[in-house]
Amino acid sequence: MSNIPLELKYTRSHEWVKQLPEGITEVGISDHAQHALGDLVFVELPEVGRALGAGETCAVVESVKAASDVYAPLAGTVVAVNDQLRHTPELINREPYGGGWLLRLRPVAGGAESGLMSASQYGALVAQG
Amino acid sequence: MGRHTCLFDLHVALGARLIDFGGWDMPVAYGSQIEEHHAVRRSAGVFDVSHMGIADLRGPRSRELLRALLANDVARLNMPGKALYSCMLNDRGAVIDDLIVYYLEDDYFRVVVNAGTRETDLAWIRAQAEGYELKLLERRDLAMLAIQGPQARERSAALLTAEAAWAVLELQPFFGAQIGEWFVARTGYTGEDGFEIMLPTSEAVSVWQRLNAAGVHSCGLGARDTLRLEAGLNLYGNDMNQDTNPLESGLAWTVAFDPPERNFVGRAALEAIRARGVERKLVGLVLDERAVLRSHQRVLVPGVGEGEVTSGTYSPTLERSIGLARVPVATGTSVQVELRGRVLPARVVPLPFVRHGKALISLV
Repeated sequence: MSNIPLELKYTRSHEWVKQLPEGITEVGISDHAQHALGDLVFVELPEVGRALGAGETCAVVESVKAASDVYAPLAGTVVAVNDQLRHTPELINREPYGGGWLLRLRPVAGGAESGLMSASQYGALVAQG
Repeated sequence: MGRHTCLFDLHVALGARLIDFGGWDMPVAYGSQIEEHHAVRRSAGVFDVSHMGIADLRGPRSRELLRALLANDVARLNMPGKALYSCMLNDRGAVIDDLIVYYLEDDYFRVVVNAGTRETDLAWIRAQAEGYELKLLERRDLAMLAIQGPQARERSAALLTAEAAWAVLELQPFFGAQIGEWFVARTGYTGEDGFEIMLPTSEAVSVWQRLNAAGVHSCGLGARDTLRLEAGLNLYGNDMNQDTNPLESGLAWTVAFDPPERNFVGRAALEAIRARGVERKLVGLVLDERAVLRSHQRVLVPGVGEGEVTSGTYSPTLERSIGLARVPVATGTSVQVELRGRVLPARVVPLPFVRHGKALISLV
């Protein structure tokens, strides 16, 4: 079974969202998503400073099997990207919630997390297949 | 739910991720597909290929039928146990399937065909065999394991008695031998040395577990695909099909036009195509950009025309994307590929990309 940490929020498109100090939000793809994609081989990340709308394509993760878009879980400005993934994309497979994070956002003021799911809701979604 | 091989429960127990392949639920990978790929290039891996079709042809006119049925000429099989790769064509010269045929005895041949085409193949063979008074028997009682890699032969032989081990280690490439209830052939689909073993289904699980215990990695169809593509080997359904002929699929070397009096199915159509001039060819592509070639992507050949990627993947050995593409014959050494809204340059390179663990193309 896939790992779904309780303290994170999730999207229907299999991104996760973690609250960091000082109002920063970290984004990655779930264990379920990395498992379904298989070995990641390339990752395209956005420019730092780019303003993203909620649901906008913000990265591409490409596995041996397929390329997949990653969508911004909430609106905000990119403040950091995980440059390690450019040479070690397999970090996403190994540590989807840790070293495999994709980007960090400063959410726009009032940019609510209303569309996000709890771990139990996301677990139910994944269980449905 | 798809069909299951006799190893299905073991695959599940080993944690395999499953995919549909030609109507069969098969393991795509047990863990990391790239690690499985490297295991085959560096040591040894085992694949379940029991979904492929094994059929025995018996009767005095078996060779005569196969010489009429196949584009390659089984007259080349002059020693028992020898294998031959061939296409089986339709009347239009297009490919019904590619297969391996083993010459076992003068009145006994074995063919191994693809999983997705086994029913249509057997129906076609039966239809062509009408009047030859042959027996065609599908061997559903057999499983097939492919054990591949530089250490595959030694680790497989270690499962056998000393006498049987000696016999299989003596096998020359593209030969097979019956060893008790096993048929062991020095064949494969990875560009590495190894065996394909056909054995009673009742033995398959224990043999797999003993191979694992001997350090042979469980490998799924994902690694099988990246390995065969690095080895420059075609996949039926991707790189050739019922609408393409061997001459435009990199398989001209498998068509025996000599002797001219051998009239195999598809010969007249192929000769007409040859006389008109073959318009397309299958080539190897390397992408040096950070993206992956996938089948059906459009290939642009400036000043010449267009083509299509037929197979594409990420090459774990070369750490970049490779593919096969069908392009106009006048295509030179560089093309462009349309992928995910971009147009990227790709190099046209000779095949294979990798052989016996070594890159055969220049890496920039």
